[in-house]
Amino acid sequence: MPGKPPARTSKAVDVASGSTTSDPLRDTDSEVAVVIDGVSKHFGSVHALQSLNAHIRYGCLTGLVGPDGAGKTTLMRILTGLLAPNSGQATVAGFDVVDDNDAIHVATGYMPQRFGLYEDLSVMENMRLYAQLRGMDADRNADLFAELLDFTRLAPFTERLAGKLSGGMKQKLGLACALMARPAVLLLDEPGVGVDPVSRQDLWRMVQALTDEGMAVVWSTAYLDEAERCDSVLLLNEGQLAYDGPPGELTARLTNRSFRLEQVGDQRRAVLAEALDLESVSDGVIQGAGVRMVLRADTGSEQITALAGRVDAQLRAVPARFEDAFIDLLGGGPGGTSALAEGLSPVELASDVAVSCRDLTKRFGDFTATDNVSFEVRKGEIFGLLGPNGAGKSTTFKMLCGLLKPTSGEAQVVGLDLRRATGAAKGQLGYMAQKFSLYGLLSVRQNLEFSAGVYGLKGAARQARIEEMIDIFGLQPWLSAAPDSLPLGYKQRLALACAVMHRPPVLFLDEPTSGVDPITRREFWTHINGLARKGVTVMVTTHFMDEAEYCDRVAMLYRARLIALDTPDALKRGAVSDHQPDPTMEDAFIHLVEAEDLADEARSGATV
Amino acid sequence: MAQHNSYFAFTRLRAQFIKEVLSILRDPRSRMVVFAPPLLQLLVFAFAATLEVRNVDIAVHNQDTGRWSYELITRLDRADFITRVYRVTDSQELRDLIDQGKVIAALDIQPDFSRAIAAGDNGRIQVLIDGRRSNSGQITASYLSTIAAEVGAEANAGTGPTTPAAVRNWFNPNLTYRWFIVPGLSGILAFFSALLITSLSIARERELGTFDQLLVSPTSTPEIIVSKSLPALVIGTMLGLLMMAAAAGPFQIPFNGSFGLLFVSLVLFILSVVGIGLMISAISATQQQAILGAFAIGVPAVLMSGFATPVENMPTMLQWLAQAIPLTHFLIIVEGSFLKAMSPGDILASLWPLALIALVSLTMATIFVRGRLQ
Amino acid sequence: MNGSNGPRPEQRVPLEAMRRFDPKRLWALVLKESLQAMRDPSTLLIAFVLPVVLLFLFAYAVSLDVRAVRIGVVQESQSASAHSLAAAFAGTRYLNVTFVHDRREVADRVVSGSLRGFVVIPQDFEQRLANRGVQPLVQIITDGSQPNTANYVTNYAQGVVQTWRGGLGVEAPQAGVTLEPRYWFNAELESRRSLVPGAIAIVMTIIGTMLTALVVAREWERGTMEAVLSTPASVVEILIGKLLPYFALGMLSTLGATALAVFVFDVPLRGSLAALLLLSATFMVPALGQGLLISSVTRNQFLAAQIALFSGFLPAFMLSGFLYEIDAMPAPIRAITWLIPARYFVSSLKTIFLAGDIWAVFVPNLLAMAGIGILFFLLAKRATRKNLE
Repeated sequence: MPGKPPARTSKAVDVASGSTTSDPLRDTDSEVAVVIDGVSKHFGSVHALQSLNAHIRYGCLTGLVGPDGAGKTTLMRILTGLLAPNSGQATVAGFDVVDDNDAIHVATGYMPQRFGLYEDLSVMENMRLYAQLRGMDADRNADLFAELLDFTRLAPFTERLAGKLSGGMKQKLGLACALMARPAVLLLDEPGVGVDPVSRQDLWRMVQALTDEGMAVVWSTAYLDEAERCDSVLLLNEGQLAYDGPPGELTARLTNRSFRLEQVGDQRRAVLAEALDLESVSDGVIQGAGVRMVLRADTGSEQITALAGRVDAQLRAVPARFEDAFIDLLGGGPGGTSALAEGLSPVELASDVAVSCRDLTKRFGDFTATDNVSFEVRKGEIFGLLGPNGAGKSTTFKMLCGLLKPTSGEAQVVGLDLRRATGAAKGQLGYMAQKFSLYGLLSVRQNLEFSAGVYGLKGAARQARIEEMIDIFGLQPWLSAAPDSLPLGYKQRLALACAVMHRPPVLFLDEPTSGVDPITRREFWTHINGLARKGVTVMVTTHFMDEAEYCDRVAMLYRARLIALDTPDALKRGAVSDHQPDPTMEDAFIHLVEAEDLADEARSGATV
Repeated sequence: MAQHNSYFAFTRLRAQFIKEVLSILRDPRSRMVVFAPPLLQLLVFAFAATLEVRNVDIAVHNQDTGRWSYELITRLDRADFITRVYRVTDSQELRDLIDQGKVIAALDIQPDFSRAIAAGDNGRIQVLIDGRRSNSGQITASYLSTIAAEVGAEANAGTGPTTPAAVRNWFNPNLTYRWFIVPGLSGILAFFSALLITSLSIARERELGTFDQLLVSPTSTPEIIVSKSLPALVIGTMLGLLMMAAAAGPFQIPFNGSFGLLFVSLVLFILSVVGIGLMISAISATQQQAILGAFAIGVPAVLMSGFATPVENMPTMLQWLAQAIPLTHFLIIVEGSFLKAMSPGDILASLWPLALIALVSLTMATIFVRGRLQ
Repeated sequence: MNGSNGPRPEQRVPLEAMRRFDPKRLWALVLKESLQAMRDPSTLLIAFVLPVVLLFLFAYAVSLDVRAVRIGVVQESQSASAHSLAAAFAGTRYLNVTFVHDRREVADRVVSGSLRGFVVIPQDFEQRLANRGVQPLVQIITDGSQPNTANYVTNYAQGVVQTWRGGLGVEAPQAGVTLEPRYWFNAELESRRSLVPGAIAIVMTIIGTMLTALVVAREWERGTMEAVLSTPASVVEILIGKLLPYFALGMLSTLGATALAVFVFDVPLRGSLAALLLLSATFMVPALGQGLLISSVTRNQFLAAQIALFSGFLPAFMLSGFLYEIDAMPAPIRAITWLIPARYFVSSLKTIFLAGDIWAVFVPNLLAMAGIGILFFLLAKRATRKNLE
């Protein structure tokens, strides 16, 4: 298990004054891998980075965190010599990023957000390509290849085309390629996006091993549980450094401000909404049947104690997390009321079962993607579909909404097979695709108008609904922009606006928050919670385990089969063991997968 | 939720139509690329594409000192289609000029040329012609023989005309090549624009992932096909009309036919091209495949359509195949309408194949899109 | 690997990997590109199927040799000599004659396009014949909407009448000028022989410009360019690695097309294979350079395809002298053709196939192609700087 690495003492970078009083090449010179000295970068009138000063050390995992548009990717690109700063200097492994540009490409390994794997090349061919690009003789480095393949657990798939790998395998392959020739500094731009907990664990294990060897690793992320595991974090906000030091130190500022209401049960969504609207609460999330809250600085716990009394739940102090500190530093999370749900009248459905599938099976050739899956989703339920990359989530999801024809079995939404359904029936469904598929060639407003039209909204109702969406999601400043130029968070809001504009009683969300920062994520769930309280049924796939906690029930798919279907709390309880008295959802996930692997081994052992 | 007719709903169609138009025309760069190049090409190619012979150089090796060779060379110097007459002194130089492609034809005038004519005999001239330029070579040869015939006529002053026939060229009295090329070009350029736009339309959405989104929405396959056809139809038709206007206006090509019928034909023509483009798009997995597929269909189609060379020069098998190409039929209609005042009956004879091709290709496209859902 | 105690930068970084040009890296890029090209059915379609189709069409479908033009002969006169002339028309293999007695019968068919013209043997034919050249003997009407065919109709019909009249032997020998044309390089005057070599230039333009523009634009569009740019590979390596496979593909295609031209379409190759390869290789420089430039500027497949079509393929088709004579174009357009690499290649190809190794033709063409190619490459390198700005 990748335990938390020993915390280092934070190096005193004077954040407030912005001026590095100390000589950057002082006593710790030999340890410094990256020096960022007064770096600024602007694109037109947009200031992506403003006189940034920081050091990154060898043998140390440095997290780069911040909300969308904070300048993380810009900084990464400057450090890999792909962008030149407008002012200031940066050196990586002793080389200036501008003057020694060629040396930078040798000294660094870089994994961009959309990693440049050639999808029509196999795993091995991709690895050989990047090895040779880094001046290595692939044939003479057979053991390194074996080591990397072993390290990434990709050995069984060397002949598979990269385009046919699951998301997590792609990320691991990308990492393996970036690691060729062991760069001195490894820069990873959001490597955890779209990666399931098991693969994420692998990624962590790999990176940990590298820092132990003395490599400097920079890991940019929007997931704060990842940041919490870093030795040190650089927290960017609006192009400026908001914090530089070990994550624990920032978390420590939050002592005695985190609480959890235990066993709130069915009322938890209402309670969360109420809590978030309280003056003293800066942030709150749902954790299974409980509600976790963070208080604002210098406020007492009176209000939440009163709330606990009203709902008859027990209030318990819990340890602070880095995420709490992050949200607090950025001024707290959004309120608890969803304007989107407010305007909605309660959903009426003919049946109590909104989505169902029976013996659903899909085979591609002799490969079974979904194997005999059956479940029912009740009206108004938030239903999560989890599973490692490649477990068959997407296939199942696509069959449910009629994009794929099942090999056998049937899938129904509001009692209809959507593949054969009429337009009116399809209008009952809202769909938000992976990676927020928007029309890049249309402006934001045009995207909204298109969605309204294609779902048959017309006349005044159409205009009213579009204005409502613009208002709720704060899209006003972006209306004439192209979706691709939007910060990720706004892209996601726009995608959600497009999916819910016609007020569907059933909502399908495929990895709706991947890569989005925590504040936008909170806002998103505020809306989803609100909709669920009005009776909207929500089907969601996610790799982000904190989100699984929002679900009423969770279905776990693994190797095309349904291996568990229960409430998040029940799943967590199932993972309780001596060394894990209070397992997280992530622990539960890994436990289920491992248990299934053991059972599999036992079965195959029995047949031999 | 309002209830909709299951296959066609105006609101949905309108939304998709706007989306399609915007994805082609919102970006100023692609707006440029859709309209500017075809018009520019029309301008350039209208003057470039000609099978006439002009501005050629020829060489003369004159071994004769008499009057008639002088007369002949003077006429060559004055001839409109010749820019320069090289006078060379030995036949090796003559060959070199031909070899190097500096002249298209070389005349070798024998020493007894004038003497033979004076004696009432035939003066013989050897003409070497560059067979690499087979068509121009033949035309040059025929121009040269006209000049030779004039010299011969002068030698026999007083005898009757040498031409045994009176020639009249209907529809295009001076056989101006541009009158033929410009109406045809307007068809070809509209053809390529419509084909490229539609062949990319589905493939692009598939590559970017928005196609799934469209499929889960209430919209039906026929709606998708219609909404993807309309913008290309409008743009293709507009381009076609614009270029035909240019043909009738600035290029001053006589328009004698019925505009109404030509317009109907243009719409049907573009529609059949759109159907072919959508078929290509529906079976392509990526944009690259769609573009290259459109190209692999489009280029042979233009070659066989009768634009470059007449369909009747082709082997019979290929003539049949050419009937499946919308451009073949449209070229007949557009040439007929511009120069010939073709009768409605004749136009209809080429119009129904267009309608048939459009029907078949659009149906196939619908089936292919449906087939993709399985 | 590296120790963990923070060694100096120069120890951490294997600087030997920094050499600006590394054949091994280049080879890796070439291998990758080749694998990708071979796995995409559309590449194979364009590189191997389309050339065969195009050559076949240029050999058989695109023909300027008019055969069996459909014309009408209107026999208004029923005299014996009129019948004899009509029989002369019936006997030519270049004309496919329909006989009628009333010109109204054929006039409509010229409008509808089923006849390309007609010859009228007038009622007073006997009289005209007797009058000896005061009036023309016959009238020839052509369909001017197809100027090239109209010219042929006129020439053939006149030829038939002239030969027929000569055969009557009624005219006294006259002084005159006789041209004895000899067509060099292509004695049979088959247009196929001059079209097929030119078609190779079209095929190479498609592979060089069109395909290259697409594959490089795709790399930008999919974000793989960012990953490759962040490796030690230099811009020059990346670009050459990208282009070399398409260069090879183009050369392979040329060889295949040449074999097809010589062995199947009966086009002679009078020059040397070495010269042909040299010319083709030189032509690939501007063709690839143009594709690269287009994709570096657009970074978008739709735009790249459109621009490659309108700036590469169509000019190569229309302005290269392949089908339409450059000499006959107006001066401003002739000036444009100087910038089109295909023009130099088409002229070289026709020479090498039909005439032989004439270096006086090749050398200026080689220089022009290389010059344009280098210009394109310099522009493309400027557009592909090693950063994302």
